[in-house]
Formats: sequence, C-alpha cells, structure tokens
Amino acid sequence: MTIRHHPSAELILDYAAGGLAHGPALAVASHLVLCPHCRRTTQRLEALGGRLMADAVGSQNDSGRAFDAILSKIAGGADESVPALQPATAVFPHPLRMALGGDIGTVPWKRLGMGAYHYIIPSDDGPATARLLLIPAGRPVPVHTHVGTELTLTLRGAYTDATGHFACGDLQEADDSLTHQPHATPDEDCICLAVTEAPLRFKSWPARILQPLLGI
Amino acid sequence: MGHHAMNIGARLDESARESSLLLLVAQSRDVDAFRSLFEIFAPRLRAFVGRNAGAALVEDIVQETFVNVWRKANLYNPERASAATWIYTIARNARIDLLRKTFRPEVDANDPALVPEPAEPAFEQISRDQEDVRLKRALSALPAEQHEVLRLAYFADMAHGDIAAHLNLPLGTVKSRIRLALRRIRLEFGEEP
Ligand SMILES: [Zn+2]
Repeated sequence: MTIRHHPSAELILDYAAGGLAHGPALAVASHLVLCPHCRRTTQRLEALGGRLMADAVGSQNDSGRAFDAILSKIAGGADESVPALQPATAVFPHPLRMALGGDIGTVPWKRLGMGAYHYIIPSDDGPATARLLLIPAGRPVPVHTHVGTELTLTLRGAYTDATGHFACGDLQEADDSLTHQPHATPDEDCICLAVTEAPLRFKSWPARILQPLLGI
Repeated sequence: MGHHAMNIGARLDESARESSLLLLVAQSRDVDAFRSLFEIFAPRLRAFVGRNAGAALVEDIVQETFVNVWRKANLYNPERASAATWIYTIARNARIDLLRKTFRPEVDANDPALVPEPAEPAFEQISRDQEDVRLKRALSALPAEQHEVLRLAYFADMAHGDIAAHLNLPLGTVKSRIRLALRRIRLEFGEEP
C-alpha cells in the first residue's frame, strides 16, 4: 500500500493531544493503522506531550490521601488489563471495527441513491458525523458541500475528484470551500469513511429533497 | 553549551530512573516504586491539566490515570516511549474517558489490519534517548509565543479556537504559530518542513 495523502501535522497534533471529537479521531486512528509513517509522527507528538507534562511545575498537596484512594481503588478492581482479543484476519482497522461492532461484512448498509450506499456510525460525542460510504465502481457520489472540515479515509478501492486520486489508506482533508464530486474508479467498488463536522449538504435537487428523509 | 549538555544528561538519568520504576510496577507489582512514580508525576499532571479544569475533575483524572498506570503497566514498552510520555498518554485517555461517553479510538499493535513498518526502514533509525534529546532541543529553541500555543494545544479541551480566545489572538495567528512550532520540530528530526 502506497499512501500519498496523509493527515496534516496539525490534525495529528490534535489527535495526540486528545483534542479531537470521536469522529475525526476515528478517521485519524484508522489511518494510523494503515500508515507507519504517521504512526511515527504520532509517537513523536505524544513524546512532546510527555515532555510538556514533565516540564509542568506542580506542588505536593495532600498527596498521601490521594495515593491511598488510588490504592484502595486498585484493590477493588481487576489487577491487570488484558489486551483486546484480535481475530486472525481483518479488513477494517481495529478502531473502526470497535465503532461498528464488526468488520466489513456486518455493515447494515442503507440505500443512498445513484447506486451508492451509506451507514452512519452512531456516536454520542458532539456534532461530528462519521459514516461509511459505498460507491459502486465508476459511479459518482452526489455533489455536496460541507460546513467545516470533511475527512475521508479510503478503505477499499479508490476515488478521484477535482483535487486528486485517493486510494486505500489515503486520507483527504477538505475544508468547506470545496464542492466536490468524487467518482469511484472503474475497476472496483469504493468504500470510505467520511467524517464531517456538520451534516453534508447535497447540491443536486433529488438528493437535497431526500436529505431529510435519509437522515444525512 | 556545556551547561545545556549537562541538563540533557541529568534529564536522561532521570528518565532512565522513571522507566525502571515503571518496569518494577509492571514486573514485580512493586507498591513503593508505584508510590515514587505517583510522587514524581501526580503534581506535574495536576499542574498540566489543572489550568483549564475544575479541581474535582483534576483529581478524578489523576486518580483514573494512576489506577490505569497500575493496571496497564504490563503494556509499557521502554523502547517505544519514556515513562513520562506513556503516563501522559494514559492521562490523556483517562480524561477523554471521563469527559465523553465514547472511548478514544486507538491503534492496537496486534490488529491484523495493521500495516507494519517496512523491513527496509525508510526512516532514520535513532534511539529513543536520541529522540528525547532532539525533542528537548527543539522545544527549548522555540520562541516563547510558539511554546505557549503548543502547551495550550495539549491542555484539556483547548481547541485552536479556544486558544485564540484565551490569548485574545486571531485564529489564523494561533494556527500559524502551531504550524511554525511543528515545522521547527520536524526540522530537528531532519524531515522536510
Ligand atoms: Zn499517513
């Protein structure tokens, strides 16, 4: 897998600093599974967080009591954490499988029109919306604009839009000035994870009329 | 320069000691080592998360962090991270778990979907100690204003917009300071800006 489109350093910083909402964090973590280069960047930015924490100057206040409370909480719970059980093979990255409760075969796809399907990943966390899109080979996604940033991680196949070609593992970061019409490449259906800060606004009138009905 | 080199040397000794304390907790379930780690890091952690959170939340984060340090110590790998970095990530996740209903999406090293590093590494191979030294050097070379926004970006729930409001600066200024700081750090590691 040759990844050509990576999250910006600022986006990885926000992930490493714990400042991203669940949806964008899901897209970034899933990219990290597929991209050793950005994993290295993340490690470095976590080391930066560790450094900044270690440099913070604090005072010992009431530490004895706080430590005793920790000891008694430890005594009352499981002693060691067990690493997550992993299957022998998987298509989707682990963070996405956790959010879906399953792998690619368990997605309850809903019809989106023009042969495309989608599934909104439920989340209680903030206004960001994460969803999976399935675009049939060679077909377009309805034209849309979005409020705020849209992150799109390609998980299978590839798509192109006016700005470039996005294959498996690529993460596209598009701001709200971009009105784009991505097309899946002709050889394979394309599956991607799209995360928006606010609901997508579709431009073509049938999609716009259907939008409230489809819940997108 | 001599003074600077000595500081970094002292810092490495400290870092080696913190790592060995954490390994004692992992391997021998050593409560004294655990107490020492708490005494080293709890005050710094309080100061680090404290500026933007209420006192009760800060204590919850500290408690949750150290409970998880004890429980997850067996997952600590000293080749991958310093004790300070590892405890920082535990604290960051504890904060997210306390504030939100959904768990933080994380990479799992055993995920079969994980794409491993290439056998012929494309990256320069440097030790973690060397990484620490470079990071420290990059941080101390940053102008105060860039250091400040970086520190705020790592603080509790300070999005770039919050930082801008806090410092009474335009959002664009905050973003460009963050970009400049990150570029400085990438340069220190020999990467393209
Ligand atoms: Zn990447």
